[in-house]
Amino acid sequence: MEFEPVIGLEIHAQLLTDTKIFCGCSAKFGAAPNTHTCPVCLGMPGVLPVLNRKVVEFMIKMALATNCAVNRECNFARKNYFYPDLPKGYQISQYALPPAEHGWVDVEFDGRQKRIGITRIHMEEDAGKLMHDEHNPASYVDLNRTGVPLIEIVSEPDIRSAEEAAAYLRRLHEILVYLEICDGNMEEGSFRCDANISLRPRGTEPFGTRAELKNMNSFRNVQRALEYEIKRQQYVLEGGGQVVQETRLWDDTAGVTHSMRGKEEAHDYRYFPDPDLVPIVIDDAWIEEVRKAQPELPLEKRERFMRAYQIPAYDAGVLTTSRALADYYEEVVRLCGEPKIAANWVMGDILRFLNEEKRDIRECPIAPASLAGMIRLIQEGTINGKMAKEVSEAMYKSGKTPQAIIEEKGLVQITDEGALSETIAEIIGKNPAQVEQYRGGKDKVFGFFVGQAMKATQGKANPQMINDLLKKMLAG
Amino acid sequence: MELYELTIHELQDKLRTGETSSAEITASVFGRIDAVEKDVHAYITLMRETALAEATRADEAIRKGEIGALTGIPIALKDICCTKGVRTTCGSRILHNFIPPYDATVVEKLRAAGAVLTGKTNMDEFAMGSSTESSFFGATRNPWDLTRIPGGSSGGSSAALAAGECIASLGSDTGGSIRQPAALCGVVGLKPTYGRVSRFGLIAFASSLDQIGPFTKDVEDCAILMNVIAGYDPRESTSVPEEVPDYRQFLGRGIEGWTVGIPKEYFIDGIDPEVEAAVRETIKVVEKAGAKCIEVSLPHTEYCLAVYYIVAPAEACSNLARYDGVKYGFRSEEGRDLMEMYKKSRASGFGAEVKRRIMIGTYALSSGYYDAYYKKASQVRALIKRDFDEAFAKCDVILTPTTPTPAFRIGEKTGDPMQMYLSDIFTISTNLAGIPGISVPCGFTAAGLPIGVQFLAGHFQEGRLIQFASAYEKEAHLEKRRPRCHGI
Repeated sequence: MEFEPVIGLEIHAQLLTDTKIFCGCSAKFGAAPNTHTCPVCLGMPGVLPVLNRKVVEFMIKMALATNCAVNRECNFARKNYFYPDLPKGYQISQYALPPAEHGWVDVEFDGRQKRIGITRIHMEEDAGKLMHDEHNPASYVDLNRTGVPLIEIVSEPDIRSAEEAAAYLRRLHEILVYLEICDGNMEEGSFRCDANISLRPRGTEPFGTRAELKNMNSFRNVQRALEYEIKRQQYVLEGGGQVVQETRLWDDTAGVTHSMRGKEEAHDYRYFPDPDLVPIVIDDAWIEEVRKAQPELPLEKRERFMRAYQIPAYDAGVLTTSRALADYYEEVVRLCGEPKIAANWVMGDILRFLNEEKRDIRECPIAPASLAGMIRLIQEGTINGKMAKEVSEAMYKSGKTPQAIIEEKGLVQITDEGALSETIAEIIGKNPAQVEQYRGGKDKVFGFFVGQAMKATQGKANPQMINDLLKKMLAG
Repeated sequence: MELYELTIHELQDKLRTGETSSAEITASVFGRIDAVEKDVHAYITLMRETALAEATRADEAIRKGEIGALTGIPIALKDICCTKGVRTTCGSRILHNFIPPYDATVVEKLRAAGAVLTGKTNMDEFAMGSSTESSFFGATRNPWDLTRIPGGSSGGSSAALAAGECIASLGSDTGGSIRQPAALCGVVGLKPTYGRVSRFGLIAFASSLDQIGPFTKDVEDCAILMNVIAGYDPRESTSVPEEVPDYRQFLGRGIEGWTVGIPKEYFIDGIDPEVEAAVRETIKVVEKAGAKCIEVSLPHTEYCLAVYYIVAPAEACSNLARYDGVKYGFRSEEGRDLMEMYKKSRASGFGAEVKRRIMIGTYALSSGYYDAYYKKASQVRALIKRDFDEAFAKCDVILTPTTPTPAFRIGEKTGDPMQMYLSDIFTISTNLAGIPGISVPCGFTAAGLPIGVQFLAGHFQEGRLIQFASAYEKEAHLEKRRPRCHGI
C-alpha cells in the first residue's frame, strides 16, 4: 500500500524585544546564568506580570505577514505543569482565544507552488534552561530565558513531505527575519520547530495516529527527522502494527527518533484564563499602525526585483534572501544604473568573498558606492573585466575606493588606438610563422595573438580594441 | 488611657502638639505586646528593632515639621504582604524561611507615609480559612474571649488591633478575610473594590478575588489608611487607574435621604438570634439618621458559596504551584528524584486545608470537568455581579450581617470544613462581584462577644461606604468596651 504523510509544524520564535514579556529584564541571549532575572520572572511569591506591548506589536507583524485574521480581543491563559525550569509552575500562554488565526503562506519546492494554512499564532513566555552536571549527580537551572517572549505559529496539517516541511520552515524563517522580530538562530534556540506527523493510505481522508517530533535544531535535521519518521511509520504500518501517539526525540548523531517515556507527557495542562492579566484589545488603529510600518516581504521584493530590474527569478531569489543583501544590491543599482551587471557582481565576487569568511553582508568591507563606482569604470572602459577582478579583491581586502586602487596599481586600460596598433604591428613582425598559419585558415592562432597583445600591455589593453585591431591588421 | 488604646487620629493630634512622640507610642505598643502576645498570639514575626528605629526617624521628621499621613504610627501587616528583608510566611511551613527581596506596594506606601511597622501578623495558611487556626505557627485567640477564634484568615491583624498590639493593621480579603475577623474582634474592616489597592507583593491565594484592606479602631482611621494604600499601580495589570478621592472628606457628612437596601436573602435560618437582633437594630439607627430602608433581592445569593469554592481553589491550585521546593521555601530532603522532591516537599510543606483546596481546584480545572465547574462558575459569577448592579440601581448602600454567628470556640469547626466555609456566607458575594464592603461594630452578645454589620456599595464607592459607616458610628453611640485580655 502506498502511504501519504500528513505533517503539521509548530514553530516557536523568540522575539527580538529589548525586554522580557512580563517584566523589565533584558531578553538578550548569552549572559551569565541567572543575571537577567528579577522577582517577576523568577515567579516569586506575590509578584505580578505586566504585558510588554512590543510583543503584541511583533505578533501583529507576523500575523499580517502570514495573512492571518487578527482578533480584536484575546487573553492569556495559564498552562499548568511542574518542571524546574518553570518557576511559577505554569507558563503564561494563550489558549481558547488566540490573537491571530486562519492565515497562510505560499511555498515553492520542486518548481511548484503550494499554499500552507496557518491555524493560529499566539504569544507566550519561554521557560528557563536546565543544565545537567556531567560529573556529579546535579542539575542547575538558568532562568535568564524565563519570560523571553515567544510566538508560536501552528500550521494546518497541509504538508505532505519532508521537503515541503523544510520549504515551509524556510519561508517562515525568512519572513520572521525580514520583519526583524526574530534573529532566526536555530542553534541558539531562537527559532524552534516541532512536527506532528502521521501516515494515511494515499487517496483516503482520515488522519492516521500521529507522533510529535522534537529536538530538531536545524533545517536539515527537521527534514532528516521527518524522512526517518515517515519510513519508520511506514515500516510499522506495513508490518501490520499501529503507530503509537507519543512524543519522539530526534537523535542527530544516530539519525533516528526515540520515544520519550509516555508517562512524562501524560499532561493535563488545566488551562484557564490568567486572572493576573486583563484581556488584550487590538483595535483597527493599532493594526493599521503596524501595517503601515510593515517592511516589504521577501516574495513581494522578489517580484518587484524581477519587474523593476529585469533580472531572472533565480537572481531575484538570491538577492532577496536577506533584507540587508537586498538593500545592498538596490543601493548599488541606484548608484550605477546597471541592474544585471550589479546582480552578477553581488552574487558572484561579493557573496563569494563573504561566504569564504562566513561574514554577513552587513560586514562587507566594500561599500555599495565602491562597487557601483567600479561597475561604472568598467562601463566607461577605464578598466576591463580582468582588472575589475583585481580591483574588487583589493577593495574587499582594504575597503578602499576603486579609484584609489586603480591609481595605486596603475590599472588603467589602454584605449589609445595608435599605441595599440604599434604593439600589434610589433607582434606581427616578430611572429611570421603564426601569421602564416592564421592567414592559411588556422583561426585558432588568433587566440595566440590576443594573448601576446595582452601580455605586452600587462593586461591593460582594452580587449575589444585588441580584437578589432588584430582582425584588421592580420587580414593584411 | 494608654497610648496603645488610642486611634490614629487621636495619636496624630498628640504628635502634632508634641504631647507625645512616636518613640513613646511605639514603646507603649510593644509594652502591650509583651503583656498580652503570649495569650493572643497575633504575630508570627515581630519587627521590634526596626520599629523602634523607624519611630526615632519619625520623631526627627516631626521635629522638622515633615509629617506624612502616617508618620510615627505603629501598624501591623498580615504576613501575606511581602516585606523586604523580613521573613514572609503566609502562615505556611512551605514559606517558613522565605525572605522577600522586595516590598509589596502597600508596604512601600506605608513606609513612604512614615508608618512604623510593628510586625507580621498570623493568618490561616495561604489565607485559606475563617479562624486563623490553620496557621503553621499555631492559632490566634480572640482578645474578647481567649477560648474563641478571632476570625480569619486575617485573624492576627484583627486580634492584634483589638488587643492593642498595634494602632491599625492591614489584612487581605478573598472571601471575607478582613470583614469577618473585624466583626468577630469588634473593629472596623474594609475590603476595597477589586483593583483599588495594589496586589503587587500580596502573596496570591485567588488572584481575581484577593484585595488588601485596613483594620482600624474607627471609621476615621479607615479613611486615613485608605488615603495611603489606595491607588493605581503600574506593576499590577488589574489595578484600575481610577482617581483616589480624599476619603476623609466623606466623614461626618450625614446620610439624610439615602436609600439602604436590605437583601432578603441575607436574613436566613441559621443566623444567630443575637446577631440578627443587633443587625436589625442598626436598620433603626440608620433610619434615625435619615436614611430610608427598602427590601432588595440578590437572587443568586444561594450559589455564592458554590461558585466561590470552584473559582478560588482553581486559581489557588495554580498560584500555589510555584511552591515546589526548587527555588525557595521548604524542601524535603527525602526525595530521591525530582518527582519525589516535589511530592514530599508539598506533602509536608502544606497543611490539610491548603491541600484540600489544591485538590478541589485541580479537579475543577481538569480536562473534561472544566466546562462543568470552572466555566459554569464563571458564568454564575457574572450573574451574581449583575444582581448587585441591579440592586444598586435602587439603593445607595446595602446592609447585611457580616457573619452568621459571633466568634466560635477554638477547635469547634476544624473538623467540619463545610461549617467553617459557612461562616463566610455573607461576605463571599462581595469578592465575587468585586465591590467594596465594610464591617463596622454594631453591638455585643450577652456573653460580651462583638457583632459586626456589613455595608456594601458599588464599584469604587469606598467614599460612600465611609460616609455611611461614619454616620452610623456617630448615631449608634456604641458603648466603648475593652477586650477581656485587657486585664492580663
